[in-house]
Amino acid sequence: MDMLCHRNIDLEATELRLGLPGTSERPITTPRGNKRPLDDFMEGSSTEDGDHLECPSAAPPSKAQIVGWPPIRSYRKNSLQQKKLGNQAETTTRVYVKVSMDGAPYLRKMDLSIYKGYRQLLIALEDMFKFTIGEYSEREGYKGSEYAPTYEDKDGDWMLVGDVPWEMFACSCKRLRIMKGSEARGLTCCL
Amino acid sequence: MSENDRHHPQQNHFCPAETMSEDEDPCRPSPPPPPPPPEPVSKKTRNCAAVHPSPHSDRVLEIVLEHVLQFLTVRRDRNAASLVCKSWYRTEALTRSDVFIGNCYSVSPARVTTRFPRVRSVVIKGRPRFADFNLMPQNWGAHFGPWVATMGKAYPLLERVYLKRMSLTDRDLCLLADSFTKFKDLVLVCCEGFGTSGLAAVASKCRQLRVLDLSDTEVLYDGVDWISCFPEGETCLESLIFDCVECPINFEALESLVVRSPALKKLRLNREVSIGQLYRLVVRAPSLTHLGTGAFGHPEPQDPNDQEMDYGSAFSACKSLVCLSGFREVMPEYLPAIHSICTNLMSLNLSYANIGVEQFKLLIQHCCRLQVLWVLDSVCDEGLQAVAATCRDLRELRVFPLNAQEDVEGPVSEVGLQAISEGCPKLESILYFCQRMTNAAVVAMSNNCPDLVVFRLCIMGRHQPDHITGAPMDEGFGAIVMNCKKLTRLAISGLLTDRAFAYIGRYGKLVRTLSVAFAGDSDTGLKYVLEGCPKLQKLEIRDSPFGDAALLSGLHHYYNMRFLWMSTCQLSQRGCEEVARALPRLAVELLSYEENEEMDNETVDVLYMYRSLQGPRDDAPQFVRIL
Repeated sequence: MDMLCHRNIDLEATELRLGLPGTSERPITTPRGNKRPLDDFMEGSSTEDGDHLECPSAAPPSKAQIVGWPPIRSYRKNSLQQKKLGNQAETTTRVYVKVSMDGAPYLRKMDLSIYKGYRQLLIALEDMFKFTIGEYSEREGYKGSEYAPTYEDKDGDWMLVGDVPWEMFACSCKRLRIMKGSEARGLTCCL
Repeated sequence: MSENDRHHPQQNHFCPAETMSEDEDPCRPSPPPPPPPPEPVSKKTRNCAAVHPSPHSDRVLEIVLEHVLQFLTVRRDRNAASLVCKSWYRTEALTRSDVFIGNCYSVSPARVTTRFPRVRSVVIKGRPRFADFNLMPQNWGAHFGPWVATMGKAYPLLERVYLKRMSLTDRDLCLLADSFTKFKDLVLVCCEGFGTSGLAAVASKCRQLRVLDLSDTEVLYDGVDWISCFPEGETCLESLIFDCVECPINFEALESLVVRSPALKKLRLNREVSIGQLYRLVVRAPSLTHLGTGAFGHPEPQDPNDQEMDYGSAFSACKSLVCLSGFREVMPEYLPAIHSICTNLMSLNLSYANIGVEQFKLLIQHCCRLQVLWVLDSVCDEGLQAVAATCRDLRELRVFPLNAQEDVEGPVSEVGLQAISEGCPKLESILYFCQRMTNAAVVAMSNNCPDLVVFRLCIMGRHQPDHITGAPMDEGFGAIVMNCKKLTRLAISGLLTDRAFAYIGRYGKLVRTLSVAFAGDSDTGLKYVLEGCPKLQKLEIRDSPFGDAALLSGLHHYYNMRFLWMSTCQLSQRGCEEVARALPRLAVELLSYEENEEMDNETVDVLYMYRSLQGPRDDAPQFVRIL
């Protein structure tokens, strides 16, 4: 499996692409709800705020909202909306991902939703596996240690942690892998 | 706490706006042409016998009649009495002290004050109910201004004003406060247009104010601290309700007000009031009967002082508490504090409290005397089963959705409805939002709850069939109209064919209010209803395939109705014009959703029509065309 990843990474490195780093080539499609004839006519009322992270695959998209349906007064709707958001903050969809460390006998699992940014995540990783991650720089990746944190994104590609905005990372991260040694160096050299 | 309480919307427990108002009979502005104005009677007083030294025989009769008519309090009886003859008409008009205007545009203020010169209490209703759901463009009308201007001069002794779905300005409230020196009760339900300045005027000038009720009314915060404007010294306040007012509150002023209002029985706080503050109020006013708890939580991290507060004892000291609401930002760990008073409760409103099944069950198990319950569907079917097990006396249930959306998993279903029908046979009124339902459960309810007067079922997915059989919901609603012989109000939803309407027309002989959305196949559906339901007063329809032919089939009945609302149906201007021609006393309003344009010649966005004695109103905005 490792070999496969290597190959993928190597190919990745040489592939030419359009688009910003961190984005996939494949367009992100949002499946549309079935539009009823009336949907076009009515403007949407306040739309349900299901995911502020803009993850198309995270929550099923709702149908276009019909004005005044269901028949609940705005005061009540707004009041309860706030409650739902409040609750979501507490019980957000948890994002558990497997974390593997090269050379470690078993994998771990982490909940990404509890972290607000890379710094917290990296500190947690360092703590969990008792190692030190180097300093991140866009140009050279993680310098100053033999480890590099990587993740597999939705497309199956292995990416270096830290390149894309946190929210984008949190949405697209499927698993984490702390690379070590030559592989890690190989990765940083390529960048 | 009497049974009668529930049937007066103005004395309803929580939100009079959402209660059935149809127990009151419609006010008919007399269909026959108006009789001549009453004779000058300035010398007459209420205690007539004392004043008239040498009455003629017919004057004696009039005096007797006056005395007798004063015993008539029900509107329908008074209307009937006024039609007997001119003398009775005159006398009844002189002795009527409570006037009910079901539609503010059905009659002009001047006409009311001319006919009824001695009014102490007035009820005026404005916008139609569908306006609550943004189906009516803003600024349509229903202004209180003309009314207060006219009444200010005609009724200096006015004591009570109850408004529903009206627009008021600060100036209107100032004028009210200035004009009526003995003013006592102000009840504003689903109103808007004014701010805290207007409230301040009422608070400071109406020295005999007993009731200030702002249920579901929008108040703009313009910086004025209205609570501080109540006069110093003891007040006459019996009821202070501001639970939906989204304004910050000066708590010290509120506390001081509560302390100096010994007659206070009803207090409903808004969510700005934390549980700690609630505690302070409750210990000062243990004789409250109706309490709206405000937040029942606190936004900040817990004040160490809070931990010393014995909420349980504070609440158990309120022995008279029968009606509890609020819980606007509830923290479930505080709920056990009210367990001790649950056994006394007749009404409980948790419809703003997102509490889970277990918490709810712990609470409801104590509420054996409960007659009115409003909850969120977060209590789930299981919670409703607990209600069915405990609240054998339940008369009214409302289940609101936490998540008011289509296409989501809903926590309540036919299971909850079935359980309620089995456990609460005395049920009279139900409003139930759900995502899925079966005919079987609705039929069961029709059989188990024969006392149902109000049945409102909202299956939130449009055109949803019975989710087990896949059939339309016709049979369920059909059973309701067939078996519930006292039914006067019905709201239907789900996949419905013309068959459902056939049932309603055939069996719904007492139905006065009908709400229809996304239902029916053809004109025939509406025809069934218009031809079959002789008591129909209020018909509100949206997004259903009914056209001109159906509209015209109701010509024989429209003068008997309060109003007809049809939005996004298949009406054309021609059809509406024909109705306007046939019925000159009907105000036929066509509303347009497009703000800027002239209306498209053919399609009608909204038809709103109502009988009126006063002809087309002069305050209609651009998007309204009156035929």
